[in-house]
Amino acid sequence: MCAKHTNDNAYNIYAHGLRKSFGDLVAVDNLSLEVKRGEIFGLVGPDGAGKTTTMRLLTGILDATGGEAMVAGFDVFRQTEEMKPHIGYMPQRFSIYADLTVGENLFFYASLYHVPRAERLAREQELLEFSRLGPFYNRLAGNLSGGMKQKLTLACTLMHTPDVLFLDEPTAGVDPVSRRDFWRILYSLLREGVTILVSTPYMDEAERCNRIALIDKGRIIIADTPDALRGRMHGNLLSLTATPQRQAKEVLAQLPAVLGVDIFGDQLHVRVADAERDEPVLQKALSEHGIRVSDMRRMAPGLEDVFISLLSEGGA
Amino acid sequence: MTSNVDKMAVIVRDLVKQFDSFMAVNHISFSVPKGEIFGFLGPNGAGKSTTIRMLCGILLPTSGSGTVAGYDILTQPEQIKAHIGYMSQKFSLYEDLTVEENIDFYAGIYGVPPGQLEERKNWTLEMAGLSGRRGSLTSELSTGLKQRLAFGTALIHQPDVLFLDEPTAGVDPISRREFWELIYDTTARGVTVFVTTHFMEDAEHCDRLGMIYGGKLIALGSPAELKAAFHAGILLEICAQPMMRALEVLEGVPEARDVTIFGQMLHVLIEREMDAERICRALEEAQVSCRYSVISPSLEDVFIGLIEEADRQTAEGQG
Repeated sequence: MCAKHTNDNAYNIYAHGLRKSFGDLVAVDNLSLEVKRGEIFGLVGPDGAGKTTTMRLLTGILDATGGEAMVAGFDVFRQTEEMKPHIGYMPQRFSIYADLTVGENLFFYASLYHVPRAERLAREQELLEFSRLGPFYNRLAGNLSGGMKQKLTLACTLMHTPDVLFLDEPTAGVDPVSRRDFWRILYSLLREGVTILVSTPYMDEAERCNRIALIDKGRIIIADTPDALRGRMHGNLLSLTATPQRQAKEVLAQLPAVLGVDIFGDQLHVRVADAERDEPVLQKALSEHGIRVSDMRRMAPGLEDVFISLLSEGGA
Repeated sequence: MTSNVDKMAVIVRDLVKQFDSFMAVNHISFSVPKGEIFGFLGPNGAGKSTTIRMLCGILLPTSGSGTVAGYDILTQPEQIKAHIGYMSQKFSLYEDLTVEENIDFYAGIYGVPPGQLEERKNWTLEMAGLSGRRGSLTSELSTGLKQRLAFGTALIHQPDVLFLDEPTAGVDPISRREFWELIYDTTARGVTVFVTTHFMEDAEHCDRLGMIYGGKLIALGSPAELKAAFHAGILLEICAQPMMRALEVLEGVPEARDVTIFGQMLHVLIEREMDAERICRALEEAQVSCRYSVISPSLEDVFIGLIEEADRQTAEGQG
């Protein structure tokens, strides 16, 4: 396991007991989280879990029903206006203007955030460089590819050099190449000391965060580093190839030792309480049914496996 | 060739689609056997949607040939439409209709005979786990249930080939696993599934994958085969502290060909095993602690590696 950072910096995002209800619906329920300066924290969960509401609460767009929050050193609910120049928020829908060019969009956001003219030109140059949008300066935003629109949106969000950045599912619908490109930009921001809260439905993306929280039905189920989370999975994971596969799956699913079976292409992933103890049991049951097994071995769980194990067994 | 057509759900040969001077699909060929789950991957704008439109009989190719469910994509688009199902990312359900009304609507569109309607409807409801909720408004269903309902309506006319476009977007991990169960049940009955996705977790579930880039098919094989054929180099996972300092150091080490942060780890692409030592030494000289292990590439690494290779070849071809 990799050692933790030992930064003593204060939290740049802090929420305690945050709560938001819409009528009977509790969208965010007693949510607490802390994110240090220069850290990237991931909120992971399905649609409707409360990710967007959490972002809107922490950016002062929504009023909380209860709880408290500090962002960039300001009280989110009492010093909302003072806080705003210090944060950037990239909502799910690209908020750039399709009928303005790349340059005009940047100019518009600079004016919106009152960036002084002298600073604006330098900042614009910097943002064009790292987003690699320079060659497209005069192109209409509407004519950019999905990945470039996303980078332009981020550049607009960064025009006023915020300390804390909120990104709501920034890579939804974006292909893996643009996604990796986008994360490179995020890491260079972290190096400059920006603090980032990002939400994502993608588990492989969550792996890139320093720490992540699994959020479901408005509540944080568990929060830790990706590495530590993997260590909290109940049981072990075995992968194997078996023919016929469907029958093998049915046989395995009947065994008391088996906590879960999933098909992945030509492989079966089997979750058991104790791989060493249970592997012979699996082998025996399969051979008794005349099923051929090859290549049974332990595999490292992915974050998705961890979350499924935690969710299906009633939380951490 | 008749026997080949019998075994194959999709056959594509030298398929080309040109829009003016833009070559959207550039001579691609592949086949998908019946009952297979075929994952079709590629960045946005690579030619994925254009290919699928041609396979669904919506768009006529510029040249080349192909069959889907045994029907010719050039001459029999109407027969193709009757024998395929399509489920889009947006689920295309009517939110203000009830579950049953949505099923009736799609049964009507796909021409399910009235005599079979009740049986097909019950099958769909049961498969989707919605038997008790015929009268519920679709807008009241969870994303996972909507997804299952959309899946059921795409299968209402018992198609031979099912096209799924980013089917698991926005669904929680448990629903996603359950949804894949459904897909496996469907292919066990002989239906062929053609799925496009940006989710590498979904791609891992496919029997075989085809990767399209710049209109060309740049890879074809099972997830395991593609990973085994990863030529881009050796992937190291390095635990380096402090990490930001490590990143700065590695920028000056040419042996570190590509550096990506994963949580508290760095993933570093190198050419030869001996480069690992060189990298660790450079880090330690800069007072950065270093522990590393060689890891197997993820599908995303493979995907990106293949695309970078294709870019290099294009650049060399031009230079």
